[in-house]
Amino acid sequence: MTPTAKHKQYDVIVVGSGAAGGQTAYTLSMEGAKVLMLEAGRNYIPEQETPMFQTPDQAPLRGAATPEKGFGFYDATVDGGWTVPGEPYSQSSDDPRRRFAWWRSRMLGGRTNHWGRISLRNGPYDFKPHSRDGLGFDWPMSYDDVAPYYDKVERLIGVYGTSEGLENTPNSPDGCLLPPPAPLVSDYLVQQRATRLGIPIIPGHRAVLTQQLDFKRSPALLHPGNLKAQKIIAAHMQQRAACFWATDCGRGCSIRANYQSTTVHLPPALATGNLHIVTDAMVSEVLMGRDGLAKGVKYIDRISGGERVAAARVVVLAASACETVRILLNSKSAQFPQGLANSSGRVGRYLMDTVGSSLRGQVPLLESLPPQNEDGASGHAFYAPWWGYQDQQKGRLDFARGYHIEFGGGRRMPDFGTLRGIESLTGGSYGNKLKDDARRYYGSFVGFAGRGEMIPNEKSYCEVDPNLKDKWGIPALRFHWQWSDHETRQAAHMQKTFAGIIEAMGGRVMGEVKSDGAEAISPGGFIIHEVGGAMMGADRKTSVTNQWCQTWDVKNLFLNDGAVFVSNADKNPTLTIMALAWRASDHIARLMRRKEL
Amino acid sequence: MTDRRTTIKWMLAAAAAMPLLNQRAASAEVSAWLPTANGYGGDPKLTKIYHPGEVWPLTLSAAQRRTAAALCNTILPGDARSPSAESVGIVDFIDEWVSAPYTRQLDDRRIVLEGLAWMDAEALLRFEKYFAELDESQQHAICDDICYEPKAAAKFARAAKFFTRYRDLTVGGYYSTPAGHQDLGYIGNVPLLKFDGPPVELLRKLGLGKEPA
Repeated sequence: MTPTAKHKQYDVIVVGSGAAGGQTAYTLSMEGAKVLMLEAGRNYIPEQETPMFQTPDQAPLRGAATPEKGFGFYDATVDGGWTVPGEPYSQSSDDPRRRFAWWRSRMLGGRTNHWGRISLRNGPYDFKPHSRDGLGFDWPMSYDDVAPYYDKVERLIGVYGTSEGLENTPNSPDGCLLPPPAPLVSDYLVQQRATRLGIPIIPGHRAVLTQQLDFKRSPALLHPGNLKAQKIIAAHMQQRAACFWATDCGRGCSIRANYQSTTVHLPPALATGNLHIVTDAMVSEVLMGRDGLAKGVKYIDRISGGERVAAARVVVLAASACETVRILLNSKSAQFPQGLANSSGRVGRYLMDTVGSSLRGQVPLLESLPPQNEDGASGHAFYAPWWGYQDQQKGRLDFARGYHIEFGGGRRMPDFGTLRGIESLTGGSYGNKLKDDARRYYGSFVGFAGRGEMIPNEKSYCEVDPNLKDKWGIPALRFHWQWSDHETRQAAHMQKTFAGIIEAMGGRVMGEVKSDGAEAISPGGFIIHEVGGAMMGADRKTSVTNQWCQTWDVKNLFLNDGAVFVSNADKNPTLTIMALAWRASDHIARLMRRKEL
Repeated sequence: MTDRRTTIKWMLAAAAAMPLLNQRAASAEVSAWLPTANGYGGDPKLTKIYHPGEVWPLTLSAAQRRTAAALCNTILPGDARSPSAESVGIVDFIDEWVSAPYTRQLDDRRIVLEGLAWMDAEALLRFEKYFAELDESQQHAICDDICYEPKAAAKFARAAKFFTRYRDLTVGGYYSTPAGHQDLGYIGNVPLLKFDGPPVELLRKLGLGKEPA
């Protein structure tokens, strides 16, 4: 796809091209709106740039992670990571437990190019958490309001999984989900042993095509009455291949078998002729008119360093939660001295990440198994949804919200870290003995990672640092962070649970089981599920947008990304980001048709 | 109490590692073998095949590489099933690693350079030959003393720490090559029309069912 700049009036400017920007541009261009997408990073072409079968020995340092490629050399991220040269941010505290690490990328499609593809629906409880336990806030709508959009997103992007009818773990209507992939030996073992402990193990949900999408039935369900849109998406569904069960999804996918904005949302949106994309366009602020409406945005052309302006009837920020907050806070005017859309004072407030903790075990039963191809769907065939709702309701746990367990083992492609720490099993062998040991232990490790809900708090937020600017001269963010006991206790519970499962598998824990939750929890930002900062709500005094992602203060300004999240359920946020962006975009189209925008 | 032999060894080792210590203090005058290059940046071409020395220059001396080769072959020798570490390029890999301009690798550089010097110093003191010139039983005599940190004598603690790291680098470098993949019985990284999961016989043998429990 070739980014093009057209000098004309657009209906909508979309800032950002990831899950939220991609979905917004897709929905609105299919509805006939003229859309200009501005992406801060460079153009990116997955079909040409993805390292599909490269082996670690073909990469510098065997592909091991470096500060420049934080998830390893072959990770799809371009010009990104927890640090981006020339684009600093600051911390209010030196205490490592009170810092927030901000992962960004600078590429078309943003972080959707490398993400884990785990696509879980929030459940009914997750939209009304305050009503259940008195903590945090309720969303201004219910699960039933969002469910039709989960259906649509699953049908459009392709998500495998099953409907198991478990508590607060929604079923999908028939036809929404693709069949789950076959599990690995280690998956079956975890399932057998964890189930004995009362932990349910069911097929995971990931945005990977285990078979071709239903291009005959889905288009009419996605775009009822819109024949042009149906025709375009039917063609694009046929251009996406099913998974061929090789290569790690984190590299991206040149055959378009998993979801990334650049292979799923943007190609059909461009095919409408209604979308124009400009890359290397770093948006610095929203431009306002005297009538109190947004007129467009100002951006820096990263190639020339020059300032540019783009205008439209509607402005949608979908730049990722913190970047969207930053743009709002940097859009100051006489009318909005505290930053745009901030009459509630809540822009930047209640930033959340996901609680993360992990533990690895070695399992004798999995030693010296016969060679077999276990690449599979690149992980997450099974997972454990949160099983403790009733215990929490009865006050039996010392933390209020749940977590799910992601786990993986198997004979995956050996890389630099596959046999790390093997000396604790071998007593320090070397020579021929070490070679025998490597054959024995390869494939016998199973890793567990918890992903849990963080409750929004007053001490976790971001603001503009008065003394720090990026290389473009745009004021940078300063972060404040603090976990509450609900999160750290949950992390300690994860450690205990993982150790219990490993033991139930007859295995031994590699490393240390951390009983202190403050030690067990990953630092803020490490799970890269940051949401909040501009929450939606039913009351304009205590929220930034209404349930349609429309800011209370500026009626033609929308925040379609994770910034509007009111809570951060254990379910990974991307699927919900897309569902909310689609829902908001339908609303924008509706208002434009009614000439209300 | 530190005996004379130990003192001599650490003097030799420290002398070998000295230029590195200087490098951090005075970056203006860095000798050619020290890493001064940039990394590959945030946007390297991912579909290209890279070789050690291509992105930043290799920096080990011929003597260091000789010791490095002898040690990695002691850790992973050739056998009937797979070749030795040196023959699949592990010396180049370790040279690439310790020559890289990133913090983790710079830390390893100090450990590895000092450790390689210690191996030769120890070999000279015990057998009056460099480590690479020792026969297998002599090499093992040294390695047996340092191959497992929890059991190493106090005077070998630092050398044992080096050995652990060097073994990790050798193992990580070796098993991430096609030869290493083959040795471990990794048969993936090929496109498949369908993926059926493990054979039923294997699951039965392990007492695992295909049906959800």
